[in-house]
Amino acid sequence: MKTIEVLGPGCNNCKRLEANAREAVAMAGVEAEVVKVTDFAQIMTYGIMSTPGLVIDGKVVSYGRVPSAGDIATWLAEPATA
Amino acid sequence: MLTLRQTRIPFWFAVGVAVVAWLVAWFAAAPLAVWFAFDLLGLQPGTHIGEAVAFFVYDVPKVLLLLLGIVTVVTLIRGFFPPEKVRGALAGRGELAGTVGAASLGIVTPFCSCSAVPLFIGFVEAGVPLGVTFAFLISSPMVNEVALVLLWGLFGPGIALVYMASGLTVAIVGGLVIGRLHMERYVEDYVWALQGTGGASIDMKLTPEDRVRDAWSYTKDLVRRILPYILVGIGIGAFIHGFVPTELVVAIGGPGNPLAVPFVVLLAIPLYSNAAGTIPIVQALLGKGMAVGTTLAFMMAMTAISLPEFIILKKVIKTPLIAAFATIVTIGILMIGYLFNFLIP
Repeated sequence: MKTIEVLGPGCNNCKRLEANAREAVAMAGVEAEVVKVTDFAQIMTYGIMSTPGLVIDGKVVSYGRVPSAGDIATWLAEPATA
Repeated sequence: MLTLRQTRIPFWFAVGVAVVAWLVAWFAAAPLAVWFAFDLLGLQPGTHIGEAVAFFVYDVPKVLLLLLGIVTVVTLIRGFFPPEKVRGALAGRGELAGTVGAASLGIVTPFCSCSAVPLFIGFVEAGVPLGVTFAFLISSPMVNEVALVLLWGLFGPGIALVYMASGLTVAIVGGLVIGRLHMERYVEDYVWALQGTGGASIDMKLTPEDRVRDAWSYTKDLVRRILPYILVGIGIGAFIHGFVPTELVVAIGGPGNPLAVPFVVLLAIPLYSNAAGTIPIVQALLGKGMAVGTTLAFMMAMTAISLPEFIILKKVIKTPLIAAFATIVTIGILMIGYLFNFLIP
């Protein structure tokens, strides 16, 4: 079971990222839960400044961009390194 | 980087084809518009309806092409200037160099009002002075690529460059003034408490292909969202261009009306989210005799004075500092408006 966190207050790019993350879960065929993190104080603890950010199992994998569902699926398929 | 995506045609070949198609469309737009309005529809040049239709069918493809082309290129370039890197460059500078640097970096750094808060906290955390941070917060939304592209395409390079210079000036002066006011106590306490938690920005190792794909997907999404507003805006602009009498526009928005500048600034506040659709209307008004300073003030107020952004900034700064920020930006815009109305009557 993997945990995917989408960091962002809920603007347009954050919604696109959330949609891509959900698509990636289906694509990669792994069990994963997609959580939205909208609280700024909490977002800042990940050390990013540009939203949206994407965190897989506690590790920041991207920020300030909207990776494609294909990219996210690749990251989900990788064995956890952190 | 590995992807699960199946690429059927080679990526860089597709990019090349897109660039060539863009260039062909760009040079064909004007003759096609004339042909469509005056030959195909049989309208007469010089008539109200003829001029309005020609204006519409020329401006729509031109604006669309400019947005697709330039926003993609700008997004690609600014991918190299993420705020995580920018703040490091700003933290150690002196007051003046830092403020000028922050205002200039505001041009290339991505910004939307929802990233204002993480950006603000990140800057403060890294030890960037408050005045420098605000220079960035003023310049970043105001001197943005969509406004510049539309100004360049519809008004020509002159107005676009004047707009950029004016925006930078307001940002630099505003940042210096806020820095001198020493308002650090109006930053919410928890922001100071967060210091030292951040800074662990990872390197995402993007390939050139990733960057081009990112830029293109961002641009497609942006254009899809703002296109309806632009079409309506160009439609209204075309109507003004063909039908509204010049005397009416000159009487209200011309250099003879001293209240025009504050009036358009007030008018611009609720139009914040519709800047893309309003610019074509403003262009038609300028063509009908609205004063240049008034036009600039309107454009700047539309992008820089954003109530949603002020409300979201409430999470990190207290009301007196937001009020100071809004007041300084508004005064700056009014001064630019009057200055250009005085210089170019």
